[in-house]
Amino acid sequence: MSKTYYTEEHEWLTVDGDEATVGITNHAQDQLGDIVFVELPDVDDEVEQGGDTVVIESVKAASDVYAPVSGTITEVNSALDEEPAMVNAGAETDGWLYKMKISNAEELSELMDLDAYKELIG
Amino acid sequence: MKHTPLFNLHESSGAKMGEFAGYDMPLFYPLGVMKEHLHTRSSAGLFDISHMVHMEVTGSEAAQLIERACPYDASNQPMGQARYTFFLNENAGVIDDLIITRLESNRYLIVSNAGCADKDIAHINSLAEIFNSNVEVIPRGFLALQGPKAESVLVQLGYAVRDLAFMTAIEPKAGWFLSRTGYTGEDGFEIAMPVEETEAFAQKLLESADVELIGLGARDSLRLEAGLSLYGQDLDDSVTPHEAGLLWAIPKSLRQGGPFIGADALAEKIAAGRTRKRIGLRPTGKMPVRAGAKLVNETGEDIGKVTSGGFGPSFEGPVALGLIEMNATDQPIFAEVRGKQIPMEVHSLPFVPHNYKR
Repeated sequence: MSKTYYTEEHEWLTVDGDEATVGITNHAQDQLGDIVFVELPDVDDEVEQGGDTVVIESVKAASDVYAPVSGTITEVNSALDEEPAMVNAGAETDGWLYKMKISNAEELSELMDLDAYKELIG
Repeated sequence: MKHTPLFNLHESSGAKMGEFAGYDMPLFYPLGVMKEHLHTRSSAGLFDISHMVHMEVTGSEAAQLIERACPYDASNQPMGQARYTFFLNENAGVIDDLIITRLESNRYLIVSNAGCADKDIAHINSLAEIFNSNVEVIPRGFLALQGPKAESVLVQLGYAVRDLAFMTAIEPKAGWFLSRTGYTGEDGFEIAMPVEETEAFAQKLLESADVELIGLGARDSLRLEAGLSLYGQDLDDSVTPHEAGLLWAIPKSLRQGGPFIGADALAEKIAAGRTRKRIGLRPTGKMPVRAGAKLVNETGEDIGKVTSGGFGPSFEGPVALGLIEMNATDQPIFAEVRGKQIPMEVHSLPFVPHNYKR
């Protein structure tokens, strides 16, 4: 049974056991505008909660995406190399960024559920 | 923050607003930067450029004043001709880049950058004390209509612009100014009008199915693809027109000396040869390389910097302008981005061919 969490920096992660899939929210892609490049991490990279993990380049600017929790990257969405605009079209579906193995599940308690996130973005 | 006459129109059009040169300006509209950019290249884009500065110089020595401030022959400028030029400092650095139009024999219109307003006005006023002339800063609305359909849109509204050549201007009625100029590389017009008439005129243009509002985001990507300098990034008071690749804007006869401020320094620097130059750069791969990125050679030596950079929607890839050491372009060039070295290829300017009506 998976559960989806949200961060104040507009990332989402869907957690299934100690595996998580991470992306940016639809609200975030809308704010960024047309995305032209996504710089993904490498598989086996270790990331810390709040650390820079992905850079999304839109027509306007470069934006950092932070790791919502600590862990190890297990897979990246390499389809974004050719089609970065997939993040615009499906930020919370096909436009996911990477998968990770969570190292400290306690960090999940600091994240929001969908209702709290909806309240945040108003 | 200051508002332009179109502030209400921007808000009601759903623009994302942001600060630029002290003004609350539209960065992009619901269409988005990419589509706004492409629409301008294929149809017609309407830009609010009311933040720019309009100064009229009049009087019996108006031409002499301009010839002191700028490196060109204002006395012999044809009536109605718009000219790209600069205010230079004593070191031949660029105080600002400008378009100056001769409206009458003793009346010139200077259009300069919003971000340079205070220093430009102070500079020209200090010269007005020396020459028999008068300077008036004119607050008014200023719109750009750019793109291959700009002409037909204006003709439909009754403006006789079909025979107006690139870099010429008319005053269609009192308080109005219309030039065939722009900052996109496309054919197009820049139109000034009284503040209170601006919104109605913009609404009239927007009634055409060919016209969309375009924000500062696409204005930047359009000018970058067109290889046009942005003051404050590609140009500043430490850069000479020679280094910036803009010597074409200075008549040959004035490159060895002249009546303008900075003439001696310019002549000396031209004689000595420039040590750095502005070039077009194409980052290999898809990642945009933005202003401020350091340029290095294969051995990691600092050889310059990226002065403007981003994604070119019409070019369909990243584009950049750089200021680089003269001798550095015959070896591989890299830009440093987030600790990585991105190979850069020298690319001729513009990145997208100009489409001016000559």
